[in-house]
Amino acid sequence: MKSNMADMVFEGLLRIADDNLILGHRTSEWCGHAPTLEEDLALPNIALDLIGHAQTLYCLACEINSRYKNEDQLAFLRLEHEYKNLLLVEQENGDFGNTVLRLFYFSTFMKYFWERVKIECCFTKLKEFSEKAFLETSYHSRYASQWVVTLGDGTDESNLKMSNAIANLEPFLGELFNNDDFTEMCSQNDFLPEPTSIFDSWKNEVKAILQKGNLDFPDIILKKRGGRKGEHSEAFGYLLSDLQYMQRAYPNSSW
Amino acid sequence: MEKGTEKAWDVLKDLTDPELPFLTLDDLGVIREIKRNDKNHVVIIAPTYIGCPAISVIEEKIASELKKIGISAIIEKSFSPPWSSDWISENGRKKMEEFGISPPHPRKADTIGEPLLKDVKCPQCTSYRTEKVSEFGSTACKSLYRCLDCKEPFDHFKCV
Repeated sequence: MKSNMADMVFEGLLRIADDNLILGHRTSEWCGHAPTLEEDLALPNIALDLIGHAQTLYCLACEINSRYKNEDQLAFLRLEHEYKNLLLVEQENGDFGNTVLRLFYFSTFMKYFWERVKIECCFTKLKEFSEKAFLETSYHSRYASQWVVTLGDGTDESNLKMSNAIANLEPFLGELFNNDDFTEMCSQNDFLPEPTSIFDSWKNEVKAILQKGNLDFPDIILKKRGGRKGEHSEAFGYLLSDLQYMQRAYPNSSW
Repeated sequence: MEKGTEKAWDVLKDLTDPELPFLTLDDLGVIREIKRNDKNHVVIIAPTYIGCPAISVIEEKIASELKKIGISAIIEKSFSPPWSSDWISENGRKKMEEFGISPPHPRKADTIGEPLLKDVKCPQCTSYRTEKVSEFGSTACKSLYRCLDCKEPFDHFKCV
């Protein structure tokens, strides 16, 4: 692989892996705190899937960039500005409704993302991975969509909480669909699809589910961004101090 | 089966899954292929789930069992084609049911993303009057059901 191509693949893998790691970490925070036992099993299960996706993607990234020895170095030993995840996934969980709505937004996006990677990605290992990742994110999206409908179409209070969650997450959705020079380069090289190219499928599905839950589809305009450049929100520092604690306190510790 | 890998297959066919110890990896369809290169055997496995925590245990088990008979092995994960519950053998399904887990239905290509199929049989009393409790169970590969006749909860292996 030529060096500029290798840089592109590395950065592209990092963006997706960081999204999955950070949302996986947030989701895992529900372990032991979910409203029912079933959800207490479901959310950590999903967290495990997301972290598993991140792990595999970090391993692929390490094969390309020898600066990092293994996936743990990428997950635990980078500094805040070196993480390229979306601001959406690093925000605090809020209530259960806010958590499942974010999961629904993200996993529905990833479902269509992997579907495209499966067809058009020139990087064979990622293309192969996408077949499996597509199935798992579809499962997450379906799980989360059921809760969005149940809570939206539940009581006045649960509907109000879901409406608040929609308002709360709205400023972060623009970044999900923001093309930049990098995404254009990835698309021109048949590596990754442009985020905007997924928008219509995503919108149709999200709109239909929100409608079923008597909820309004939010305005999607670019408001807050920065995650892709490593500029994060305040919540991220606290998250990292938790996520990285063991490796920082006991370097190279292992199970 | 590639020539010269018979011995390795012989050892690996009896290895059991760490989370479902009554099933062999062969029953589950996790071991896809064994190849040989100059120095090593290459064992290709298909993880049931990308983040399945049992995978590293499985990899270690395969390597150490083969080492015992003097074979050094490299283990590679393969996601294409993705592991499917259709790869579970008839024997595996039978053992699952005996162990109180309702086995997965044959997968139809058009059911991806659709709600789980409803006609799940209770492994305790064989009734089909059952309901889903949760899409997620005690491990990544199982969902949680309850029987409306005998009232027992049970695991249903996800159909993926």
